Amino acid sequence: MDLGTIWFILWGVLWAVYFILDGFDLGLGTLLPFLAKTEDEKRTFYNAMGPFWDGNEVWLITAGGVTFAAFPTTYAVMFSGLYSALMLLLFSLIIRGVCFEFRSKVESPGWKKLWDTCLFIGSFAPALLLGVAFANIFKGIPIDQDHIFQGTLFTLLNPYGLAGGILFVLLFAHHGALWLAIKSEGSLRERAFAMAAKLWPIMAGWIVLFLVYSMFATNLFSNYLRWPLLLAILLIPVGGLVLTKVYAAKARAWAAWAASAAVIGGTALFGVMGIFPALLPSSLSPAFSMTIENSSSSPLTLSIMLGVALVFVPVVIAYQIWNFRTFRHPVTKDDLDYEEAY
Amino acid sequence: MDTLMLSRLQFAFATFIHFIFVPLTLGLSILVAYMETKYVRTGDETYKKMAKFWGKLFLINFALGVVTGITLEFQFGTNWSRYSTYVGDIFGSLLAIEATAAFFLESTFVAVWVFGWKKLSKTFHAVCIWIVAFAANLSALWIILANGFMQNPMGYVIRNGRAELDSFYAVITNGFAWSQYIHTVVGSYVLAGFFVMGVSAWHLLRKQNIDFFGKSFRIGLGFALVASLVVAIQGHSHGNEVARIQPAKLAAMEAHWETGTHVPMYLLSIPDEKNEKNSVEAFGIPSMLSILAFNDPAAEVKGLKAFAPEDRPPVTLTFLSFRLMVGFGTLMILLTVWGFLKRNNLLDNPRYLQFMVWAIPVPYLALQAGWAVAEVGRQPWIVHGLMRTKDAVSPIATSQVAVSLAAFVVVYLLLASLDIYLLAKYARKVPA
Repeated sequence: MDLGTIWFILWGVLWAVYFILDGFDLGLGTLLPFLAKTEDEKRTFYNAMGPFWDGNEVWLITAGGVTFAAFPTTYAVMFSGLYSALMLLLFSLIIRGVCFEFRSKVESPGWKKLWDTCLFIGSFAPALLLGVAFANIFKGIPIDQDHIFQGTLFTLLNPYGLAGGILFVLLFAHHGALWLAIKSEGSLRERAFAMAAKLWPIMAGWIVLFLVYSMFATNLFSNYLRWPLLLAILLIPVGGLVLTKVYAAKARAWAAWAASAAVIGGTALFGVMGIFPALLPSSLSPAFSMTIENSSSSPLTLSIMLGVALVFVPVVIAYQIWNFRTFRHPVTKDDLDYEEAY
Repeated sequence: MDTLMLSRLQFAFATFIHFIFVPLTLGLSILVAYMETKYVRTGDETYKKMAKFWGKLFLINFALGVVTGITLEFQFGTNWSRYSTYVGDIFGSLLAIEATAAFFLESTFVAVWVFGWKKLSKTFHAVCIWIVAFAANLSALWIILANGFMQNPMGYVIRNGRAELDSFYAVITNGFAWSQYIHTVVGSYVLAGFFVMGVSAWHLLRKQNIDFFGKSFRIGLGFALVASLVVAIQGHSHGNEVARIQPAKLAAMEAHWETGTHVPMYLLSIPDEKNEKNSVEAFGIPSMLSILAFNDPAAEVKGLKAFAPEDRPPVTLTFLSFRLMVGFGTLMILLTVWGFLKRNNLLDNPRYLQFMVWAIPVPYLALQAGWAVAEVGRQPWIVHGLMRTKDAVSPIATSQVAVSLAAFVVVYLLLASLDIYLLAKYARKVPA
């Protein structure tokens, strides 16, 4: 396999890992107004994400950084083309990021309400925007022969893009509900499972709908028709979908969450493999697409970056797993009384 | 205004605000780590309280540093897409390495440190904050290596119509970048020292927990004293590199128009950019600029007129920023030396303590001015001698940038005010 292809796969994997990890944070924030009734329950939400959200978000920065390093021209076209959508995403992530640190610092209901609202917007909007962005990438966006984006923010808000946005919101909300089941106790835990159960059929239905829609709206399936073996990737999200239902019914929160992670990761990989070898297909003509070939870095940069990734990514994964293990226990009253709790 | 000017303003504004938070993170993490280490070694609870008190201020500030940093990475793609395409092979990889090798470490372990007071052993908990401090400073290194490429491009060849990596070793051993890095991080240590001293002085003036704040003050003082001297000495040698590598920047820093030898330095000058001269030049020290730039009174120093007008940086802004940086730097040395002389009877020197409360913003201004010299002085180049800023901007609609710039100003100013409010609120608390 050539360096460009290796980096294409790594690129897809990084986005998938980001969606899996930040997915549950964004989902929890989206569910906050619907599931958390009391102040203690709200704080449980914040502290269920507390030790993880920042490390999760770095996967986004890394995914962005790797796009820049390995496929600079795609990075340039993608980020300038999706300018307004990206700015909205960034501002949403900014207001989410400060919620954690700010909310507990002033004892006033109005102040807390403000940051709860920011957490909701800062979680729901990124889920929606990322979904809209990726659905548009799957579909192809109007870039011309000079790699200039011929459209506006509203070009992206087409029915298929919005369907992708809703898909991400559902996937993340379901994923977040299961994370809440892991990190909470008593009635909140029961409500978390109930929410996951309620979201499951909607999510499953929407995935099927989205796949069918994709057959008509995109060329995602052409690679799969050419190499039918690749269709095995679909086993990941489909299997995950079934298992998450089974495990959630048995109240096995970790297993159900892992299965849900497979749904998200598998869906992302399915899309990414569908657009290969383009990172950013053009809807105007396949000749204008941003591909591995016309946008990747020099072989020297790609191989140095591969060395860096092979050394550091396993280390990152190791200490992040350790972090998840250290703080895997449910948030208890004791944790909320802890002086450093949010 | 056009897309170029708006993008420049947006990037300058976003960097400026980001750099309010980052220097404190770089220095305060080390001080907190030092305090917690003292607690682990002596078992003295005062040091644990110190780590918590200053750690809380660190965290409030840290959150803003993180969220404002993300937007900077993405702005290279959104606003400077032609730049990203042209130098992404080199510049992008440095940013990606920063995220993989440093930022992950910092973000993960800062959370472990916050939530781990009861879950980890004392020693390991202290190790976590050292990891955070190390990662924060490592992160700054990768970012400044990237900036160093813009200042003094190395290790590339022009191929396929862009700058491609030729020697990674040359990129990461760029002497100019390392010198900038040391100047910036050590300057940040001065800032953190002044922050700790200023807050402590405020409490000492009110006779609140004298033991706690007296000790804190002395820790901040020792750190800032050493750091402020290092910045000044190292700043001089960095100036030599600027003279050698970016002569137009040096000329703009000094508003020096005519090439010559034995060039004097004027303590007072007022540049008149339009007429290519200084309207006022007074108190000249003979040959001083030649000495400062090349350590030789007879050295020739190129004047601005030696460069075509379109190759000159904005003179007045660079000149003033440089004066502010040096002026504030000198003031910081004087204040720390004064503090060193009075360190054992601080309480008898209320005037000094009052000065130190007011001095909290001084290193912030010095650092911002320093970055203005580095970045404005590099213009009109985005990559010195290689690519002009005007050729780097994205082909996007002006209205998009105008809207996002307005959003940046509103959101960042709101967040920065909230941050300062919270810092002030928690800095005023008296640890029991």
